[in-house]
Amino acid sequence: MGMTITEKIFARASGHRKVTPGQLVDANIDVVMCHDVTTPPAISMLVERGIDRVFDPEKIVVTPDHFQPPKDVKSAELHKRLDAWAKQHKIKYYYKLGRAGVCHALLPEQGHIRPGEVIVGGDSHTCTYGALAAFSTGIGSTDLAASIATGRLWFRVPASMKFVLNGSLRSGVYSKDVILTVIARIGTDGALYKAMEFVGPALAKMSMEARMTITNMAIEAGAKNGIIGFDDVTKAYLDGRLKGKQDYTAVASDDDADYAAVEEFDCSAIEPMVALPHLPSGGVAIGNCAGMAMDQAYIGSCTNGRIEDLRIAAGVLKGKEVKIRTLVVPATPVIWKQAADEGLFDVFYDAGCVISAPTCGACLGGFMGVLAAGEKCISTTNRNFVGRMGSPKSEVYLASPATVAASAVEGRLADPRKHL
Amino acid sequence: MSKAHVYKRDHINTDEIIPARYLNTDAEAELATHCLEDLDVNFVKKVRPGDVVVAGDDFGCGSSREHAVWAIRGAKVQTVIARSFARIFYRNAIDCGFYLIESAEAVNKITDGDEVEIDYDAGVIHDKTNGRKIKFQPLPDFALEIIAAGGLLNKIAAELKG
Repeated sequence: MGMTITEKIFARASGHRKVTPGQLVDANIDVVMCHDVTTPPAISMLVERGIDRVFDPEKIVVTPDHFQPPKDVKSAELHKRLDAWAKQHKIKYYYKLGRAGVCHALLPEQGHIRPGEVIVGGDSHTCTYGALAAFSTGIGSTDLAASIATGRLWFRVPASMKFVLNGSLRSGVYSKDVILTVIARIGTDGALYKAMEFVGPALAKMSMEARMTITNMAIEAGAKNGIIGFDDVTKAYLDGRLKGKQDYTAVASDDDADYAAVEEFDCSAIEPMVALPHLPSGGVAIGNCAGMAMDQAYIGSCTNGRIEDLRIAAGVLKGKEVKIRTLVVPATPVIWKQAADEGLFDVFYDAGCVISAPTCGACLGGFMGVLAAGEKCISTTNRNFVGRMGSPKSEVYLASPATVAASAVEGRLADPRKHL
Repeated sequence: MSKAHVYKRDHINTDEIIPARYLNTDAEAELATHCLEDLDVNFVKKVRPGDVVVAGDDFGCGSSREHAVWAIRGAKVQTVIARSFARIFYRNAIDCGFYLIESAEAVNKITDGDEVEIDYDAGVIHDKTNGRKIKFQPLPDFALEIIAAGGLLNKIAAELKG
């Protein structure tokens, strides 16, 4: 019996020739991602126990992003603790000031993710990096502290589920619509504890950025990680981008690897999707919900705040005006600069959008566009839980950048295909 | 006396357990004052030290914020009994030395306000209000080792200091 990509990565990281699902392993960590909300408590835990150390200052990547720049005194204190620690331990890759960005867009962009490696981060959407054929998963502050101090962590090897994306996407349909379709079918715990491996002709044609939207939301199906095998798209994305170590292991699943389940999707039949409140599994085709009045549109986040997403949104908004409060939040400074250079900001400005600095901001109800009671927001983000973007009486609807932009123009949920 | 606070809903998520608007602090006592606020704004007024929370499937889904475990622990909740738990929440709880019980039977048979007594070693929940004794599968040995050490970091600190 062969192994899946995820099993191969765990075998290598734990020094075994072969691992099987359910096996407990102690794995070496290649990269630890740290941000402003979950890292300060991890630091305090280490200090309290007299083990304030880092296993390797070149393998820990730090960026404040959730409340970046600080939104109030308390979040400024979190940043201050993170900053002092990063300097004390001479963290080599510390993205601060005007270089800080939304972690899951920033780390791949800056060349910190290598195929075949094990990456953990103090954030549930760390599963994004699986698009680059790496194992990556979100952890809490205690696991983060353990990873920072020792470079090792216990894992139970997950069983893998295979998601076969057949056909090809129609115009106006994007990878966000695909992952919302997947989660609508299997539910928010449909892949609980498992690895979600994505394959198929529709996936092969997707850009790396589009793939990251898919793996980003693996956690919304309860998965431990999302993963995509190495191919030419991966290689092209990595060429000239990697920081530090240049070599990596291109991993793919064996033909006879074992899967807990195989789910097939005809992507040619997928429509623009909207996940209705209050679960990411609430996806329905736009035809079933178009016309519902919205109060805010949000274009950004680790799910859909990359340059391709901003281009898609700008394509819809060009020459039009928005009817509702519309926020555009480029996920990293590089994306921000690129959007400015390409003239996308002119489009957003002319359309009447608010353009923000890179931040997680309102995606998690932090700041920069939180919702009042009774307000509805159409958003490119990944979660529509109760109270996610503000008041517990507000509502969040999830969709692609095209659908969000079209809805901003109409002031109500709208089919993007009318606006392309 | 431990009382059960029963919320039979599935997918009670980390945004309901501790909303992100309170994540600008990691002080457990402060987080505890907002425990389960977006699920039941009266929870913190009702809960007494040693009480238990009972919920449906996929409890703790969403964010990796350990603040969710700290808020519950800070509110002096003894344990959470659920039909199933989301992965990161489950792991965070074990890492913090906080015991969780997975039992569909308990969720079916315990009613809000019931008085319960839990024998963790034997794996038995005694619902004193309805007189039932409900068996559950105790946590696996590796998790019990972490909990016995007072959490993963205490275990690691002891190993590092050797």
